[in-house]
Amino acid sequence: MSYVTGVGLTPFGKHPGRTTLDLMSEAATAALTDAQLERADVDGLLCAYSTTFPHLMLSTTFVEHFGLSPTYAHSILLGGATGFAMAMLAHTLVQSGLVRNVLVVAGENRLTAQSRDAAVQTLAQVGHAEYEVPLGATIPAYYALVASRYMHEHGTTEADLAELAVLMRRNAVSHPGAQFREPITAQDVLASKPIASPLKLLDCCPVSDGGVAFVIGREPTGGSRVRIRGTGQAHTHQYVTGAPSLTEFGAKASVERAAESAGIILTDVRYAAIYDSFTITLTILLEEIGLAPRGQAGQKARAGYFDRDGRLPLNTHGGLLSYGHCGAGGAMAHLVEAQRQMSGRAGARQLKDVSLALLHGDGGVLSSHVSLVLEAQ
Amino acid sequence: MTLVSSVLDWTTGGEGIAFQNCSACGHRWYFRRDFCPRCGSGSPVDRQASGLGIVHAATLVTRAPSEELRVYAPYLIVLVDADEGFRLMAHGAAQLRIGARVRSRFVFFGGRLVPFFDPV
Repeated sequence: MSYVTGVGLTPFGKHPGRTTLDLMSEAATAALTDAQLERADVDGLLCAYSTTFPHLMLSTTFVEHFGLSPTYAHSILLGGATGFAMAMLAHTLVQSGLVRNVLVVAGENRLTAQSRDAAVQTLAQVGHAEYEVPLGATIPAYYALVASRYMHEHGTTEADLAELAVLMRRNAVSHPGAQFREPITAQDVLASKPIASPLKLLDCCPVSDGGVAFVIGREPTGGSRVRIRGTGQAHTHQYVTGAPSLTEFGAKASVERAAESAGIILTDVRYAAIYDSFTITLTILLEEIGLAPRGQAGQKARAGYFDRDGRLPLNTHGGLLSYGHCGAGGAMAHLVEAQRQMSGRAGARQLKDVSLALLHGDGGVLSSHVSLVLEAQ
Repeated sequence: MTLVSSVLDWTTGGEGIAFQNCSACGHRWYFRRDFCPRCGSGSPVDRQASGLGIVHAATLVTRAPSEELRVYAPYLIVLVDADEGFRLMAHGAAQLRIGARVRSRFVFFGGRLVPFFDPV
């Protein structure tokens, strides 16, 4: 048993002059306050990585900077799946009895610390250095290749993809911390500038500055009784060229493991927090997991199925597409929003029934998958 | 790991596409390594691909990653299923669509040779 005892989330967007450690510290302070814990209570620390501060030992750098003395600490790197992988590990460590309170923290000044080209080039390196990167491939291009095949096989249209961008923006409008809060239409998405066909600018998440943290603990110290009930992972490849399939990934196996360990079935889920680096990412994950039939995620979004008052509310903070994406912290914002919803603290965005949530993240090019089942007690 | 000298590969400056073949289990793959990723057997054999294949996926990249590559944009990146049974990433003619039968040639891109597929 472990609880998400406290959460901290900065606004995403531009934080000029703020460093990786500044953003991590701001989020960690908020998470500890929320968990009603002091620094001395933190006996476990898990950190991610920062492309703008690529230190070999980010966790102990943060130990020293923030003033901690944990009995267990290290960083892990799993691309976009890092945040949920850290939550899964923190849960496992707490369950093992090794530690009592694990602080999980990530932050990055990815937007203001570098040029847009530098960010694009750094991220493209998740591709193969000899066989892919020299072709001028980028992260959007890798996902666009997947999109082209997936749309070919399942009949998804660009207008279908656009619906998910519209939904994420509609959700972000009511979150003061979101990077983009101006409503958009499907026509705006379709008319936005081409990046890598079929993906256009508004099909892609932005680059953001931001910090996110949460505490996973043995007891619900902060008063929020949101526990991690099940976890799962699946890893099938790294490079899109080497993917076993461009239409079936590890999401289904990962979620099945999480659901089995939680003892739940998908229809029990009342809230979904799904990784949405691109509209095609969200489409494929929703459909592969089984939250929408193949080829119908966009249509279901258009029909209101994933709306706040729909059958399965989704990423009510706006997701990566509109709240923003600061690296490892990007998906952690999905967990923060789920925890706030499940503890009745989501303010204007509060949903009625958030008893059980499914969280799913991917890293690389749908390469690494991590799933979490959270339960409100 | 170095290639057999007679096999040309674009990643090392040659006008050719190399792949590997496991002499134990018959598996074929693209990214060079000194063992078979399926059965673990050592001593894979380097092979020269014919350059023929079918387009599996395609994207027209408009937003290039650097100033150096901006002059080439937009360019088509494809995943091609080679006749020999492996998949590779390459450039291709802008009109290529999924399912197209293609043949490779080599073009300069960003100061180096890359494979480029035309319709057959």
